[in-house]
Amino acid sequence: MPNSASDAPGSGTGDGAECGPEYDLAVIGAGPAGLAGAVAASELGLSVALLDASGQPGGQYYRHPSPALGATRPEALHHNWPAFADLLRRLAATEVSHLAGHHVWTVVPAADAAGAWDVHAVTGADGDGDRPVRVRARAVLLATGAYERQLPFSGWTLPGVMGAGGAQAMLKSGLVLPGRRVVVAGSGPLLLAVAASLAAAGARVPAVVEASDYLGYARRPGALLSQPDKLVEAAVHGAALLRHRVRLRTRSAVTQVHGSDRVEAVTVSRLDRRWRPVRGSGRRIACEALAVGHGLVPQLELAVGLGCTTRRTVDGTQALALGALQETSVSGVWAAGETGGVGGVQLALTEGELAGLAIAARLRGRAVAGENRRVRELRRRRARLRAFADAMAAVHAPGPGWPQWLDDATEVCRCEEVTAGRIREAVADYGARDARTVKLLTRAGMGWCQGRMCGAAVACLAAPAQAAQPEPPPERRPLAVPLRLGALAALNEPDSPGAAGAGLGPTD
Amino acid sequence: MARDRSPAALVGAATDDAFEITFDGRPVTALPGQSVAAALWAAGILAWRRTRVGGRPRGAFCGIGQCYDCLATVNGRPNRRACLLPARPGDTVTTQEGHGHAELGV
Repeated sequence: MPNSASDAPGSGTGDGAECGPEYDLAVIGAGPAGLAGAVAASELGLSVALLDASGQPGGQYYRHPSPALGATRPEALHHNWPAFADLLRRLAATEVSHLAGHHVWTVVPAADAAGAWDVHAVTGADGDGDRPVRVRARAVLLATGAYERQLPFSGWTLPGVMGAGGAQAMLKSGLVLPGRRVVVAGSGPLLLAVAASLAAAGARVPAVVEASDYLGYARRPGALLSQPDKLVEAAVHGAALLRHRVRLRTRSAVTQVHGSDRVEAVTVSRLDRRWRPVRGSGRRIACEALAVGHGLVPQLELAVGLGCTTRRTVDGTQALALGALQETSVSGVWAAGETGGVGGVQLALTEGELAGLAIAARLRGRAVAGENRRVRELRRRRARLRAFADAMAAVHAPGPGWPQWLDDATEVCRCEEVTAGRIREAVADYGARDARTVKLLTRAGMGWCQGRMCGAAVACLAAPAQAAQPEPPPERRPLAVPLRLGALAALNEPDSPGAAGAGLGPTD
Repeated sequence: MARDRSPAALVGAATDDAFEITFDGRPVTALPGQSVAAALWAAGILAWRRTRVGGRPRGAFCGIGQCYDCLATVNGRPNRRACLLPARPGDTVTTQEGHGHAELGV
């Protein structure tokens, strides 16, 4: 398995951006879905480039320490590690070009080759390398995963407040904790996994604070009983939490963080069914850090840039609308895993493999549906897992009353330091009715992260009061990662859509 | 037992090649393969940036390169994402003030 662009044959033909060879398939993202897709397609004889921002494969789910840290039991922080180990073994046996440290910023139709795609990336650990790369392929598989949905609350910008997945990512890769006493809060099944791993690694977790109510699962027995392994996983987490004496507080939320320069304590309030805090119910819990998240948001910049159709998910995010064999609405572009709706690792592995098989069949001019037993099996498994994911998303979807825990001084946009008060003013006094208008009036969502952290909250605050769940706009970010002007200039292709269509800055 | 639980013990990490970086002039121990943010966390440092408007302290938030809260000045270069950037022996990390380009006068 060649593992950098320069190892691959034919690289370096210069049009400024270092130009890789032509592949059958470019897979973007080396998490579970991307790995499964790349391996499946390669084993069927396709030439595959696997591009990923990280230095090692695995994505966020299988994030693990760099070999330099010498971990002999990385699986101690993971579920499903054997599936990953198996994928790595199969990957090593293929000719897949694993392009690590490649941050893809746009995918465009090749200007001079009908039916081909150009994948543009910048290199380096944080994309600050000096070498832009272009990879050309006949098909693209988007496996770009998700990031955490955040709902703001008073004090959430204080050092020591972390994304729940972020705290787990730092633990899995860097073997560090944000403090010895960590409250875990928000909503969704990830919280239990985060609390269990923090506790196993030596943190004291005084409470897991869940805004929803697990009784919600009891109202959806069909989807639950179809997934016995998910129940087992939940039981494993539950047992770990009991063992570490972690209290689970349901229908509650952290509504305030205390401390001047870092977290010293949090206030946990009871919520009613609509997630409105119950007055006078606040209880203070001393802690050094808070790990918080409210589910995941599919990462869609590249897909939306290509014009792929999106759909609204059960818990109010946008995901890609996909066909029976994982193809997007744009012919020649497939997607798998969280990009098609957040559903977890088993679904990502299933969809990745399905996409790999479908792409191989398409590029060879064969039909795949119907007669292929493996495809039928994967499609059945996908249907079961999607049903379970939808049931779970419905239980943990944010209730409409959460903005009531924001006071006017609470910062909503972390990058531009825009408060809830200014956003409410834009809505009440200047007639803003959507996130885009709020952004133009207040700069909320216009900073470094381009609204990834505050987007969900701003959409809620901007929506007319009678809208229970506002329709979030598809994330239109012309550049999926920050880019130096030099990387654009190096393209040296004034007529190509890559140079002309990408725009020069985050002006949307 | 509970006292010596640690992330390194949990995964059986052999980490005896520690090296030094500095944060605002003070020495910080880092391990090979750790990000700059992880090395700072290990030293109990949670903030290494001050915001542009309010001058408020910030550190790592999303942990996966999406939020840009962890921007730091590393070896004189501002706006490096500390959660993605591997620590290297001798790195000088300094608190990033504002947008990080104050010394350029722009």
